[in-house]
Amino acid sequence: MLGMSGGVDSSVAAAVLLEKGYEVIGVTMQLWPDMQEERKEKEGGCCSLSAVDDARRVAQKLGISYYVLNFKDIFQEKVIDYFSQEYLKGRTPNPCIACNRFVKFDAMLRKALSMGIDYIATGHYAKIDFDEQRGRFLLKKSATDAKDQTYVLYTLTQQQLSRALFPIGDFTKESVREIAEELDLCVASKPDSQEICFVEENDYGRYICENTSTEIRPGFFVDLEGNKLGKHKGIIHYTVGQRKGLGNTFGKPMFVVAIKPEDNTVVLGEKKDVFSSELTASNMNFISIPGLTCEMKVKAKIRYSSKEADALISPLNNNRVHVLFNEPQRAITPGQSVVFYKEDEVVGGGVID
Amino acid sequence: MSDRNIYLDHSATTPVRPEVIEAMMPYFNQRYGNPSSIYSIGRDSKKAIEEARQTVAGAIGAQPREIFFTGSGTEADNWALKGAALANQQKGKHIITTSIEHHAVLHTCQYLERNGFEVTYLPVDIDGLITPEQVKAAIRPDTILISIMFANNEIGTIQPIAEIGKIAKEKGIIFHTDAVQAMGNVSIDVEGMNIDMLSMSAHKFYGPKGIGVLYVKKGVKQSYFIHGGAQERGRRAGTENVPAIVGMAKALEIAIANMDNYNQKLTALRDRTIREIEEKIPFVKLNGHRKDRLPGNVNFSFDFIEGESLLLLLDMKGIAASSGSACTSGSLDPSHVLLAIGLPHETAHGSLRISFGEENTDADVDYLMEVLPGIVQRLREMSPLYEAHCKQQETQVTV
Repeated sequence: MLGMSGGVDSSVAAAVLLEKGYEVIGVTMQLWPDMQEERKEKEGGCCSLSAVDDARRVAQKLGISYYVLNFKDIFQEKVIDYFSQEYLKGRTPNPCIACNRFVKFDAMLRKALSMGIDYIATGHYAKIDFDEQRGRFLLKKSATDAKDQTYVLYTLTQQQLSRALFPIGDFTKESVREIAEELDLCVASKPDSQEICFVEENDYGRYICENTSTEIRPGFFVDLEGNKLGKHKGIIHYTVGQRKGLGNTFGKPMFVVAIKPEDNTVVLGEKKDVFSSELTASNMNFISIPGLTCEMKVKAKIRYSSKEADALISPLNNNRVHVLFNEPQRAITPGQSVVFYKEDEVVGGGVID
Repeated sequence: MSDRNIYLDHSATTPVRPEVIEAMMPYFNQRYGNPSSIYSIGRDSKKAIEEARQTVAGAIGAQPREIFFTGSGTEADNWALKGAALANQQKGKHIITTSIEHHAVLHTCQYLERNGFEVTYLPVDIDGLITPEQVKAAIRPDTILISIMFANNEIGTIQPIAEIGKIAKEKGIIFHTDAVQAMGNVSIDVEGMNIDMLSMSAHKFYGPKGIGVLYVKKGVKQSYFIHGGAQERGRRAGTENVPAIVGMAKALEIAIANMDNYNQKLTALRDRTIREIEEKIPFVKLNGHRKDRLPGNVNFSFDFIEGESLLLLLDMKGIAASSGSACTSGSLDPSHVLLAIGLPHETAHGSLRISFGEENTDADVDYLMEVLPGIVQRLREMSPLYEAHCKQQETQVTV
């Protein structure tokens, strides 16, 4: 069962699987809650109605079965509600990780297995290898570093990895587009999707305001000592490291250093204050090793777009770890995930406290 | 994938009868004239339309001038509601319908609500029935229209249309019925049943797609729906779909002539299937009224499993069935009909609609019953809900 978003990656994934001799069943997950008619019409992200049309056309072209499956309830609970809740707690979530963990590689996988289908596949840029020596499935970076998506896949368990296929992990984006053109797939030149798929115009603040019952209250910007600096429009509108859009002038460049839901304040500091050398993370999932038992040198990545940095990780109780970076890192953000690498292997990862 | 192919979704659409295709064929490339033209080949087309109109009128006890051809059943519903609302708004702005209508009616009502009309959605009982008393109680001085479907597309329940028609007549309120599912399955007499407007669609009774009819009783105030020509007496302009109109009439003629035999055959298949599913599969619930239902309609909920997986697995075994309501993208939402008859949200996701038709046989039921219990069992074994249920049972037994 191949998850088809209507984009070029998953479309080419279908072609690659067929080439390799798999029997492919294409599926588009319907995820979003019912919306106003006008919004449905708009060109949406990965799972809009127009995406369904594209995916269906590709499936028809390749001659594979195609279904649209409804995962709206679980998406609402595990992705959308979680997304809003995290912001209300002053944290900055990554909904794609939640979607992969609970929707694609859990709900969709279970659906596939219940139908007697052996594997689920997606158009992610990542590779899976089985390491005989360690007896473990490994998650490895894709052929191109720039497109690598292992960061959003670190939650995959051994059982999930044993049932997952990433057909385009060995390809570069350019070659994927070339294949799409060769096969004359209508989606060959579709732009990459970047935004959070269920949030319109990427205005997540407005989205949360409109979709939660919790009142979003304005509060105060404070400095590191707790002195009031000005008013903010509600903590959900800010993320650690942010400089632009604070709505006030402070006489010098100021950055969000921390967000405190308990007294509804946003702590601001100077550039140096957003750098930090350590963090702790929870809800760890390890892939290349069964678990962390002693210190380990790794490369760590603290958000999807950040560079890897040398770090030393050490185990804490309750499935948590401590991460000590060689160099201070900019904007370590609670709610984002930290993912550890050794060479091209994903060691594991967890959510920053 | 299976090499068997069994079609059990006749409520979605039906194959076109060979006789119907034959009747339609000349109108594509021999008698292709525009019915509005004055020369002979145009007049031939016009004649064919008027004959078809007469046939359709005769099938429901109406006059030919009361029959208007449309592009679909959905269009007929839209016209009936929007047209009557617009034409009668001086009298009042209140409309009565039910919570289990097809979306062609429901969404049109919602549109009218956004444009200043008030709509009462009558709730139904657990069998999907409304009572004439409910309708009576909902009537207000400003009620201008009652729209109640003849038979439900998902659960097959047939409403007491004649009794509702009588009430509407007494109160002088326009009564529309969406008979898209009922046509060809149930005898309909618009005079005797006091129906003022009725929608139907040819492809539900072995006619072609893309053609429907709205019956509008003489004297009922209705707006013109599509402007731009004199076709359908100016009310629904646009060059007539002559082959489809001819096909619709032929299909309806055959359906009416064979109705008794057809019903008898479908009822037998239906009742056998209901009986065997109830015997062979535990934790099932028949949705819809056991007796007052369309002859070919079977609708079951299976506890602990999702209808979606069930339909996909049946498809893989070559069985085409449905859940009764597919949205535009083809994915399944909880059915508003099943929610309305009181099914919990998770069960409303998980129903199976089988609708038998002309070409089905007992062998098809044999195959269905060979395949279905195993699929249900297997999906239940994968279901966390079922596991929880089994554990609970065990505990109770131990206690």
